[in-house]
Amino acid sequence: MADESAALTCAEGRATVETIFEKSRPGRRAGTVPVAGVPERPLDELLPPALRRDAPARLPEVAEVDIVRHYTELSTLNYGVDTGAYPLGSCTMKYNPKVNERVAALEGFRGLHPYQPDELAQGALELLWTLDRWLAEISGLSRATLQPAAGAHGELTGLLVIRAHHAAQGRSPRRVIIPDTAHGTNPASVVLAGYEPVTVHSDARGGVDLEELRGLLDADVAALMLTNPNTLGVFDENIVAIAHLVHEAGGLLYYDGANSNAVLGISRPGDMGFDVVHFNTHKTFSTPHGGGGPGAGPIVVRDVLEPFLPVPLVERRDDGSFFLDYDRPQSIGRVRTFVGNVGVLLRAYTYIRALGPDGLRRVSDMAVLNANYVMEGVKDLFTVPFERRCMHEFVASATPLKEHGVRALDVAKRLLDYGLHPPTTYFPQIVDEALMIEPTETESKESLDRLIAAFRAIVDEARTDPDLLRQAPTRMPVRRLDEAEAARRPVLRQRFAEDDAGDAAGT
Amino acid sequence: MRTDYVPHAAVDVSAMLEAVGAKTVEDLFAEVPAAVRLERPLDLPAGVSEVELLAELRALAARTTPASELVSFLGAGIYDHYVPAIVDTITSRSEFQTAYTPYQPERSQGVLQSIFEFQTAICELTGMEVANASMYDAGTALAEASFLAGAQTRRAKIVVSDGVHPEYREVLATESAAYGPRPVAVGLAPGAHTDGDALRAATGDDTAAVVVQQPNFFGALEDVGEAARLAHEAGALLVVVADPVALGLLATPGEQGADIVVGEAQSFGNPMSYGGPGLGFMAVSAKLMRRLPGRVVGETRDLDGRRGFVLTLQTREQHIRREKATSNICSNHALNALAALVHLAWLGKQGLPDLAETCLRRTAYLRERLLAVPGVTAYTEGPVFREFAVRLPLPAKELVDALVPKGFLAGVPLGWVAGFMSGSDDALGDVLLLAVTEKRTKAEIDAFVDALAEAIGDG
Repeated sequence: MADESAALTCAEGRATVETIFEKSRPGRRAGTVPVAGVPERPLDELLPPALRRDAPARLPEVAEVDIVRHYTELSTLNYGVDTGAYPLGSCTMKYNPKVNERVAALEGFRGLHPYQPDELAQGALELLWTLDRWLAEISGLSRATLQPAAGAHGELTGLLVIRAHHAAQGRSPRRVIIPDTAHGTNPASVVLAGYEPVTVHSDARGGVDLEELRGLLDADVAALMLTNPNTLGVFDENIVAIAHLVHEAGGLLYYDGANSNAVLGISRPGDMGFDVVHFNTHKTFSTPHGGGGPGAGPIVVRDVLEPFLPVPLVERRDDGSFFLDYDRPQSIGRVRTFVGNVGVLLRAYTYIRALGPDGLRRVSDMAVLNANYVMEGVKDLFTVPFERRCMHEFVASATPLKEHGVRALDVAKRLLDYGLHPPTTYFPQIVDEALMIEPTETESKESLDRLIAAFRAIVDEARTDPDLLRQAPTRMPVRRLDEAEAARRPVLRQRFAEDDAGDAAGT
Repeated sequence: MRTDYVPHAAVDVSAMLEAVGAKTVEDLFAEVPAAVRLERPLDLPAGVSEVELLAELRALAARTTPASELVSFLGAGIYDHYVPAIVDTITSRSEFQTAYTPYQPERSQGVLQSIFEFQTAICELTGMEVANASMYDAGTALAEASFLAGAQTRRAKIVVSDGVHPEYREVLATESAAYGPRPVAVGLAPGAHTDGDALRAATGDDTAAVVVQQPNFFGALEDVGEAARLAHEAGALLVVVADPVALGLLATPGEQGADIVVGEAQSFGNPMSYGGPGLGFMAVSAKLMRRLPGRVVGETRDLDGRRGFVLTLQTREQHIRREKATSNICSNHALNALAALVHLAWLGKQGLPDLAETCLRRTAYLRERLLAVPGVTAYTEGPVFREFAVRLPLPAKELVDALVPKGFLAGVPLGWVAGFMSGSDDALGDVLLLAVTEKRTKAEIDAFVDALAEAIGDG
């Protein structure tokens, strides 16, 4: 049996990796736990049988080496920034400095318990207090909360702060305006904050349509949520007028900071007229994306909104000591447990500290140069619907390839065969066959030249052998996967042999 | 000299500027109006080299005394469990660490399969049928559970026991300010169990869900089966906030009738890290599968019939549904989930019950010894798992402060919790919550009880 399966693996070339549960063998184990070593008492006396589970969780029975080899093998099926270029638009897949990991691993940070006395956490509290001030300076606003766990969580927090501000003034506007290019989290956050989202369309240059905005603004508008530069990668030149119009109508401006990597030290949201900003530390400030998280989504607000920020805030006493302040009567309350994603925030602190003002400015300069360089290199291959100077990213449309029966998806899949990570596809939704490309400042000229060359080769293939693209990828651990089937008949967990036996018996 | 992570040499910049038809980098920003340009450098400290950077950060870290380096009995949601060495080995693999959400499944099978395995482990622990790829923390997961219950039942109220962690309830209250069912509190009976009569009285045909925590915030073991019956009789769902370590021994919420299980799984594989990032989790019954928020990974086949994994049921999610979504979660805590999965695999089928039993026995031992100290009385009654509360003959904060110089973190003083307890004027200033993990030895427990008895005597 064992020999047979080994032979099969070899013959197939690309074998699927068994799950850790499938590798389980009865009686094997990795970790051991200290025995209690206290005076023995019957288990039933400590925990009556009625409170206990009938059978143990069917966790795998594997040796330590099995676990290490299993996840090491899985890691080789993955692709990260450390593997190569990762021009995933709107996600800012920049290099994650390794010194940040060393800092996060310091026991003085990672070993802190959220309920240990403030006096024993002074170094961490100082770091958080300082980061609060740095984010205020970078955004041109007044005060931050470090609690939100991700960008979307920051959006919700910011909108709840805006809601509390209006309520304190005896107002209860019901609508929030969002451009048609907004990230999908924006409308979802608006609904969770109890508002009705209203769409404003983009004009011919890719910015907010000012005339339409004027028509939408009235006393019932709580806020406008905007990303600037927006998801098309263009800077809205009318931002001062937009801010003026919204404020005049009694609304506030929310800045989705997902694209902050374009404007560090160049233009601050607060100076543009925004009242609330969230940053995605995992985008702008180099904290690892971790295969989906953890991130952090601190928000920074204008001074009039400070009283409504979540509790606790880190404050400094006159004697220079730091403490967690819960005495904030107008606060919206907590938006998560404890202080925030401290292990992530301290990486962001380390990054800002390492680079300083010049280094941050250079990040944005080179991020914008890189995006323009790639746009220049591929604009004859695709349509660039808003052909102007782009900021840190740009959106190309693969519609010219439709005549060859090739779609943006096929281009993306073929890029995998070239050993590169594809851009974001089919977003923003207002661009047909969108390829949203954000190289970030991390990529060198040679790396960008390789990316451009890959795009050029692929478009050439689309003309001469479109099937190569439609069949792509062919050099990955798996070929295209049937996503429709996955959704139609969901298999969301490991099935065990005895479950199937039970089902068979039952039918 | 400051650190620089950008690769461009001056000659590269010149060549690239020429290619894009710009004279200077400044020209690239011509579309940013002068009125919103920052005409000065950011007012931040100048950047430093890595040597200086690390020295500075080490100095900051040295100005803390982490709980992990003391004999700590702190818990209340974040626990000082041992993190096996292999966890760091795996989570520092940069193919996991520096990837993002697996939008390209053909090149992301590593993270997709690991999430599928994580979902399986959470289902096995909780006795539920479907789990997602992770949430931020237990507090936000509870808010999501409330929104889910509201959407499913179309009812306006959620009944929440005061035995649920006060911070989870506070997050629920904040995030429910303008959306989802309105939380209604139910108090505890003496001994710190949820008051069954009050729970019954509060639950009716306007109730979307009933929420209990197991073990509850004070360590008491709740009658989850009874809460399930009560909820289901009213046509409501049962939400259980579960401690996943306790599930090594305790009856699963699934077998007791829970419809939604959420919780904090930091205990597995993740450092305490001042409370974040931890690991929220969420699992539901099969009938709620299509309302589950967040990422979900499913198994499928590729064109050659080979097994593979993909993000699935995405039509639930905000990037497709936009304003029709009932959740906005996008980034999650995937790397923390991987850490938990590796720890769980390391413990295995036998190790998890072993871990739970060691916690249970050492906790019972500490409790028995403490209750023998004159002046110390029980606050939490009945069986407990790895946490319990006691009343002291002095303010709990004073006791904690007195024992720090002796190397002990005695527990969480609960004075601040009083404001979160409904229908009770109990001050709680003399109540201390203590947790015992497998890291606390008998010798440490004995030394701690002696020191505590001495401190009380001095007081």
